[in-house]
Amino acid sequence: MAETERHDYDVVVVGAGGAGLRAAIEARERGMRTAVLCKSLFGKAHTVMAEGGIAAAMGNVNAGDDWRVHFRDTMRGGKFLNNWRMAELHALEAPQRVWELETYGALFDRTPDGRVSQRNFGGHEYPRLAHVGDRTGLELIRTLQQRIVSLQQRDHAEHGDYEAGLRVFAEFTVTDLLREGDRMAGVVGYWRESGRFAVLRAPAVVLATGGIGKSFKVTSNSWEYTGDGHALALRAGARLINMEFVQFHPTGMVWPPSVKGILVTESVRGDGGVLRDAHGRRFMFDYVPEVFKESYADSPEEADRWYTDPDRNRRPPELLPRDEVARAINNEVKEGRGSPHGGVYLDVASRLSTEEILRRLPSMHHQFKELADVDITAQSMEVGPTCHYVMGGVEVDPDSAASAVPGLFAAGEVAGGMHGSNRLGGNSLSDLLVFGRRAGIGAAEYVVGLVRRPEVSAGEVDEAVHTALEPFDAAGVRGGENPYALHAELQQVMNRLVGIIRDGGEMCSALEQLTEIRQRAVRMTVPEGNRQFNPGWHLALDVRNMLLVSECVAAAALRRTESRGGHTREDHPRMDPNWRNRLLSCVLRGGELELSEQPQEPMRPDLMRLFSREELEKYFTAEELGVLGEPSRKR
Amino acid sequence: MTATVGNVEPLRGRNGAMGQRVRLRVWRGSGDEGELRDYEVEAEEGEVVLDLLHRLQATHCPDLAVRWNCKAGKCGSCSAEVNGRPRLTCMTRMSLFDPEETVTVTPMRTFPVIKDLVCDVSYNYVKAREVPGFTPPAGVEPGQYRMWQRDVERSQEFRKCIECFLCQDTCHVIRDHEENKEAFSGPRFLMRVAELEMHPLDDYDGDRAEEARGEHGLGLCNITKCCTEVCPEHIRITDNALIPLKERLADRRYDPIPWLFRRRG
Ligand SMILES: Cc1cc2nc3c(=O)[nH]c(=O)nc-3n(C[C@H](O)[C@H](O)[C@H](O)COP(=O)(O)OP(=O)(O)OC[C@H]3O[C@@H](n4cnc5c(N)ncnc54)[C@H](O)[C@@H]3O)c2cc1C
Ligand code: SF4
Ligand code: SF4
Ligand code: FES
Repeated sequence: MAETERHDYDVVVVGAGGAGLRAAIEARERGMRTAVLCKSLFGKAHTVMAEGGIAAAMGNVNAGDDWRVHFRDTMRGGKFLNNWRMAELHALEAPQRVWELETYGALFDRTPDGRVSQRNFGGHEYPRLAHVGDRTGLELIRTLQQRIVSLQQRDHAEHGDYEAGLRVFAEFTVTDLLREGDRMAGVVGYWRESGRFAVLRAPAVVLATGGIGKSFKVTSNSWEYTGDGHALALRAGARLINMEFVQFHPTGMVWPPSVKGILVTESVRGDGGVLRDAHGRRFMFDYVPEVFKESYADSPEEADRWYTDPDRNRRPPELLPRDEVARAINNEVKEGRGSPHGGVYLDVASRLSTEEILRRLPSMHHQFKELADVDITAQSMEVGPTCHYVMGGVEVDPDSAASAVPGLFAAGEVAGGMHGSNRLGGNSLSDLLVFGRRAGIGAAEYVVGLVRRPEVSAGEVDEAVHTALEPFDAAGVRGGENPYALHAELQQVMNRLVGIIRDGGEMCSALEQLTEIRQRAVRMTVPEGNRQFNPGWHLALDVRNMLLVSECVAAAALRRTESRGGHTREDHPRMDPNWRNRLLSCVLRGGELELSEQPQEPMRPDLMRLFSREELEKYFTAEELGVLGEPSRKR
Repeated sequence: MTATVGNVEPLRGRNGAMGQRVRLRVWRGSGDEGELRDYEVEAEEGEVVLDLLHRLQATHCPDLAVRWNCKAGKCGSCSAEVNGRPRLTCMTRMSLFDPEETVTVTPMRTFPVIKDLVCDVSYNYVKAREVPGFTPPAGVEPGQYRMWQRDVERSQEFRKCIECFLCQDTCHVIRDHEENKEAFSGPRFLMRVAELEMHPLDDYDGDRAEEARGEHGLGLCNITKCCTEVCPEHIRITDNALIPLKERLADRRYDPIPWLFRRRG
């Protein structure tokens, strides 16, 4: 392609959600010429949808909180499969990242003494989530967006050009990463508006592309979540870990059909909402697993006392980590105690005054009223599990966010490790800021240390463009496949066979069906229209990524013969300590997926000692506990 | 097969359960060229206009260009005009209309069309860049910010804005007056100025209210409140942002001393 538009940058950030924007801010502040690329308009990334809050152990509401408690909660939530160094950095740095947002102009809800207010959430021992009503993600993304604008204003004052040092490429989709040898050299992608291609040459690329939920039929995720970053990383030679761990949020809307999957924030439960079966019974008391018995109430009376006296009562089981609650709801419905539309009831109306509900959960009120004709101040909501978040992602160095490919970094939902087998609510927004910033630093330091900038090869660009345009060449060819239809099939397969409860036989069948879809996907055509803003073409490109990523999920889920966090096997229902320190990783070799096991790095003993031996014994093998010395030494 | 909640199939219209055919008239075309085209499409109970546009994509016109993200009124991507009224298509229930009625969906009129329902909204991003950002208070360390809920609430109301640009679309100052776009930033960005002006800790050393007048065309607004009427977030743009800004300016003009001081910035 002779006439491809070209740009030169130091750092290219793919993704303009919380992670990408924070990375870009950091890279720019360190003097890098930086570009931020995103598929939607600026300010519309998925982060905007986050509702409940951002977890940070500031201790504003309960002074007992500190990073160690947050670290412990995060590890427990992830069933100790987390990359402990990431969990440590995350817990340590989250408060500074929240306070920094205030210096950018963010306005969080306040405590009576004027500090940032914090709310309860599943799996968090203390009220820990900084929030703005139930629109925290909007505040986060707008604040970062406005910070980017401030930096551009600074450049404008100095150079007369807003985009001299930091430019946003909105509605620009990256289709391939470019390399020289094994190093990053840039990216290639197309403008959605015109369908024209552009190459951005840059020695450092930060992936911040978010998740993969659009591979599932029932999901809280938007069209952007097609696993592009995961697939780009694989194709560039990076490694994905933990792909079997997919979080199904317990409370998505179930009715009407067109909104099925849309999220009902966990804040509803954090602020007092409870789950009931068709007979009005609070069923979560039946589902407190052994490992959590010590910290969760066993009667409604105790659970209700906890809201006002958390020191002398245990937490309500509605606030168990998400995997537990999702499985419980699934089981209630399976055993015939569900609501008319196949969910259970979430009741906040009988628990909070109308005024409180309107103040704390305004957007949930609005959402149900407008979309389901349900007034949540008077009626229960019908809810059920929805595919929400992927714990798996690009394997990175915890401190610098660097992947195995020199010059390629990853942060946010696209990175793997931090959340282990299950993410706690609120821990994503904090993750975005902590590791977005670190990726910005990592990329900047990498660029400064370079002796020579890698070159983009014309051949590689031509090939990438050619591949991306294939669906047009196939137009009119007999037996052409419709991308919308293939996508729907893929979603069915993943939802039915690799969903919330899994089984070996079903996953084998899923893998077969994915292979079959993949073969047909080669013949995908753009049914109509040209390159200008053509969603049919866009989807054809996205489906390829979804197929690759879905195969990773299914293959890893088949291999892991235990149940842990976001991975539940009906045929292997137990959690197995011998699987805790083994990670499954995916690489692409010669176009084929290769799945292998790799050992998890042993946890630092000082971090181990933050837990009681009794607790660790539930997760670790006797051999692993050996580092702690004599069994009598507890903490 | 394992039964899961997520497996329950939505009722499809073709099952005859609750589907019905509805008539949509949609603007198709790019740039200045285009036409309204009629379609008949299946609708199910509870659906919104965006659902039908998606069904059109999947069944009739795969290249129909629409923007959307959250499908829950949170991102402000899916703005269009439904029967001439600026709306979020993802929050506009079909039950609002008479079943016999043809529902017309057109792109926002105030912005140039790129293709079908997708407009070039870059005007808004240009205006956003012209409002100087928040200036952190000197000498207050991160973590030491103290603000009272009642004081942050005023700006918080404006920060609910999802940037759907429907208020911009509807404001008559620019809706049919391209020539005013240069001088007028529109309700969304006048409100942004008000938000910063009311931020309890903004240390900006210019005069935001005066800039609203001089740089952003506050004087062109004649408080018709049309912007407030279409705002899907129910932000009281006119009463709580625009009028107070105007009042601040008016107060200052009677009082020459602060006025002189503020001129330095
Ligand atoms: C409804 C909902 C509510 C949530 N609530 C909470 C909460 O309360 N607390 C919490 O901690 N977490 C919450 N989460 C999770 C959290 O919001 C997400 O995990 C997080 O926002 C992901 O941020 P990110 O920066 O990694 O990616 P995103 O914000 O998703 O951004 C991804 C970016 O990458 C871009 N991109 C993707 N592919 C390409 C490509 N090929 N080319 C160019 N650009 C590309 C996209 O356009 C987008 O700009 C919620 C999630 C959902 C869906
Ligand atoms: S009140 Fe002012 S800004 Fe709002 S629509 Fe009327 S003239 Fe435009
Ligand atoms: S103020 Fe309201 S109408 Fe205007 S852009 Fe914001 S949300 Fe949309
Ligand atoms: S799709 Fe987000 S507001 Fe309509």
